[in-house]
Amino acid sequence: MRRYSAFAIAREAARYHTGWERAWRSPEPKKKYDVIIVGAGGHGLATAYYLGKNHGITKVAIIEKGWLGGGNTGRNTTIIRSNYLQDSSAAIYEKARSLYETMSQDLNYNVMFSPRGVLMLAQTESEIRGYQRTAHANALQGVQTEFVGPERVKELVPIINIDGPRYPVLGGLWQARGGTGRHDAVAWGYARACSDMGMDIIQKCEVVGVRQEAGKVVGVDTTKGPIDCDKLGLVVAGNSGDLANMAGFRLPMESVALQALVSEPIKPCMDIVVMANTVHGYMSQSDKGEMVIGGGTDGFNNYTQRGSFHHIEETVRALCETFPMVSRLKMLRQWGGIVDVTGDRSPVIGKTPLGNCFINAGWGTGGFKAIPGGGWATAELIAKGEPGPLSAEFGMERFIEGRFIDESVAAGVAH
Amino acid sequence: MLTLQCPYCGVWAEETELHAEGEAHLKRFGPGSSDDEFESYLFMRENPKGVHFERWRHSNGCGKFFHAARSTTTLEVFGTYSAQTLEPPQDIKDKISAKYPNWSWRDFS
Repeated sequence: MRRYSAFAIAREAARYHTGWERAWRSPEPKKKYDVIIVGAGGHGLATAYYLGKNHGITKVAIIEKGWLGGGNTGRNTTIIRSNYLQDSSAAIYEKARSLYETMSQDLNYNVMFSPRGVLMLAQTESEIRGYQRTAHANALQGVQTEFVGPERVKELVPIINIDGPRYPVLGGLWQARGGTGRHDAVAWGYARACSDMGMDIIQKCEVVGVRQEAGKVVGVDTTKGPIDCDKLGLVVAGNSGDLANMAGFRLPMESVALQALVSEPIKPCMDIVVMANTVHGYMSQSDKGEMVIGGGTDGFNNYTQRGSFHHIEETVRALCETFPMVSRLKMLRQWGGIVDVTGDRSPVIGKTPLGNCFINAGWGTGGFKAIPGGGWATAELIAKGEPGPLSAEFGMERFIEGRFIDESVAAGVAH
Repeated sequence: MLTLQCPYCGVWAEETELHAEGEAHLKRFGPGSSDDEFESYLFMRENPKGVHFERWRHSNGCGKFFHAARSTTTLEVFGTYSAQTLEPPQDIKDKISAKYPNWSWRDFS
């Protein structure tokens, strides 16, 4: 792999950019791999990357039915934060956030991580108490957050209306080191690094069956033929339920549509991420000037990557109330992604009923921010066969043991 | 917008008039059941890509719970039916079979 650098740009400029090589190879599948990862989204590629980097396992294939990063990795609102209440969530999301800080250097790929700060508005008395509690919990967990008053909120976001008619802004939970990243670049950067380690990224190759012998996975059937493996990782977000059906086990998850939309580009007006969970809207401004807006999930199971229109209406209504200046903005486009939601709104990283098959799923509405941490933990799980410290609490057995990681109050709404 | 007919009051209700209430025909397990049964009842879900049976509530209407058969890949509704039943009525199953001959959902097909 040729490294990207200022020197490389100068060199290519001098020869009409004829020397750039493809960022990753697109090989045909081999007969057998040590590990097959199903799903070349952020989490799948990160899992493969850390399998190679941390555990020296490079005979890996990443199989993707569409194109890499074309699922939820390309459909989110790119917010990165780690201000969670529970210790196990804070640990994995903070690991992810800290890995984002050095990701561009690590991957030699500019993922445009922008630690611009994330502000979650408190608009009811109970939200004030909730966020103060989170801020205290974060202090103990080593996650830097603080609870700020309405004056500081106005200072951070001049366009906000803090005296709204329904829900005036009473304060906010401020994580200065949170922010946004370039979602596609995260997938592309990992893909390039994985390909460089000799891993095969096989796109447009759908898994249609999971072959098993004596309670173990021996390989997968795909639209490009059967491929054998010693270990299998399922990292397919919204399609987890479908893949689990193929493998013959059930999951504590349901797949629903989550929507987002962006406005026409405007001049810089907001340099942080603001989330308003009570009225349910969150917004940041992209480098192109578009306002990136996150909507809500539907209540019913859905695989269509389309959401219901009334959620957009609710979201836009909430934003007009919170940021009156956006009321004249035109929206450029709207899209949906399928997210898998667990009973306690926390992800699953753990073993499955099949001995050598592992799963990373259930990130619900907040998978992007966790990509490096989730990949790190899943790679450790696949390499060692046992969960490491980051994922110990996230196994599926927590549902039978009643050991929930209850973030539904903190994370069930906006992400 | 998803539109369902409430089988009780007959109103064709839009999604905003209804509330989705999750998977239908769950068998309830309580005290005395095994841990596996209890977990399965509380948390494990079918989550199929295709035909799904689910509960809805006509919350901004007559307030009653009912069942619906719907495809999660096309959003096509095969019909709604009473909540006072342990399995979908035959005419709805026939309607699904006409479109998806090999469908199955838990023990139904």
